[in-house]
Amino acid sequence: MKQYEKQAEIVRQEQLTPEIFRLTLKAPEIASTARPGQFVMVRTTPCYDPLLRRPLSIHQTIGDQQVQLMYKVVGKGTRLLAAMTSGQKLNLTGPLGHGFDLAGKQAICLVGGGMGIAPLYFLAREIMRTTSPPKCIVLLGARTATELGPLPRDFMDIGVTETHLATDDGSVGHHGFVAELLPQHLAPSHQWTVCTCGPHPMMKAVVGQCRQHGWQCQVSLETMMACGISACLGCAIPRADLSGPYLHVCKDGPVFKAEEVAWL
Amino acid sequence: MTQPDLRVTIGGLVFKNPVLTASGTFGYGKEFAPYVNLHHLGGVVVKGISLAPRRGNPPPRIVETAGGMLNAIGLENVGLDRFITEKMPYLRGIGTRVIVNILGDSLEEYQTLGQRLSEIEGISALEVNISCPNVKKGGVAFGTDPTMAEAVTRAVCAHSTLPVIVKLSPNVTDITQIARAVEAGGAQAVSLINTLMGMAIDVKSRKPRLANIVGGLSGPAIKPVALRMVWQVAQAVKIPVIGIGGITTTEDALEFLLAGATAIEVGTANFINPRASQEIVEGLARYVTDNRLNGISEVIGGLILP
Repeated sequence: MKQYEKQAEIVRQEQLTPEIFRLTLKAPEIASTARPGQFVMVRTTPCYDPLLRRPLSIHQTIGDQQVQLMYKVVGKGTRLLAAMTSGQKLNLTGPLGHGFDLAGKQAICLVGGGMGIAPLYFLAREIMRTTSPPKCIVLLGARTATELGPLPRDFMDIGVTETHLATDDGSVGHHGFVAELLPQHLAPSHQWTVCTCGPHPMMKAVVGQCRQHGWQCQVSLETMMACGISACLGCAIPRADLSGPYLHVCKDGPVFKAEEVAWL
Repeated sequence: MTQPDLRVTIGGLVFKNPVLTASGTFGYGKEFAPYVNLHHLGGVVVKGISLAPRRGNPPPRIVETAGGMLNAIGLENVGLDRFITEKMPYLRGIGTRVIVNILGDSLEEYQTLGQRLSEIEGISALEVNISCPNVKKGGVAFGTDPTMAEAVTRAVCAHSTLPVIVKLSPNVTDITQIARAVEAGGAQAVSLINTLMGMAIDVKSRKPRLANIVGGLSGPAIKPVALRMVWQVAQAVKIPVIGIGGITTTEDALEFLLAGATAIEVGTANFINPRASQEIVEGLARYVTDNRLNGISEVIGGLILP
């Protein structure tokens, strides 16, 4: 798989919510090869503070020229990113890791929580483009309606007809956890494949639902990571049976079959 | 224009330039092939190999710190057999010197590794890790005690036909004492420093940020400490010194050469800038040209004291 290290010019920086930003970058090599679920490592400063790159999933590619990333300001690195404006350049490496596997999947449900929604939009676009007729249900969860921002609308705009929401505070959609929406909306007549990304407890609940109903499940995981290219071995996670060599999120993932990994 | 002469000699081997990659930061070479022309490097030091595969420590294994990072990977590696069958065929074709970093928890394990790797085609030298601080039985005793350090060096040298570089731990009172001990044990070179023991705590949960509690600090934050130790060791031993510790730019590399290092290893910088090692080779070539030197060897040990 091809990987690139590139200076990417910022085309657009949009603030979606008080904390969430969407960054559009000109990166033709990465845009033309990236698959849904893959990620890039972003250097947030040319200096050494913060030192390490930040792994960010690809939110979408636009044509074969641009890559869009979505991120939440959580610390120094993302704060530096948020302060950058169009015309400035950022160093990216990617596309990295293995994405979602859509081969032969007929009915797909995407379950995203918080920033975990970011890579699912890229995946939804791919599903709408490649499966016919597309059978795709999207379930989105966040703490509040504000935190979801324009995302529910974005999914509808690309033709996803069934989008259901859940919020912790009940400000929009189901008042509760997004995983609770699964049995409600997934008709037993289909062999569902569930693709999920979000906070660990949310994904664990989704995996539990899938196991109970016999649905296939693919999970996109996030860990601390220094290099993104399987050199530092910092992103180790245990296998389902807790034995054998560790899996590495950057190389073996970030998308795994739910049954491959341990849900502790 | 003629190519500037960047060649250096260590343990009887000529390296095309003094820029190597540090063990544990460059995988088995292949991981960096999309970013670096591997044959432009002076050499590649591969991820440390033990006799049997090692699983490493549980996560979290890394944490970012000011100007650096802590790691407690725990020497995860594929083991000797898989290294030979799966990694060596690729490494033989990279067009530069391959140095294999070895580690063990007994003298016998070091001996066996030295012996078996000497029989493998395509390996230029061994780098003996006597200093990795992460695993309780992982060699920390060898690296912190001069007698044990000398013994393990002697054991590898006696069983191997390859030049032996011993990688030193900075977590000692007097690193020159250990350096002299491994020189007496027959080492053809020393490389230093390995990571400095450190720790980080999450104040919200009051828990250590690493599952292993403590880990090794690397990155630009440790460079001044590394440089000081390289300078001290270069004066204490006659064998070549390879400088390691926070080297991120050409200027960093030059500082180590001036302090007396014959070569350098680029480590954590590979994570931040996967092209760092190659950029340093290019930077050193420019330095030699711009300063009208006959070669990089004129820089080595060129520190001017007040």
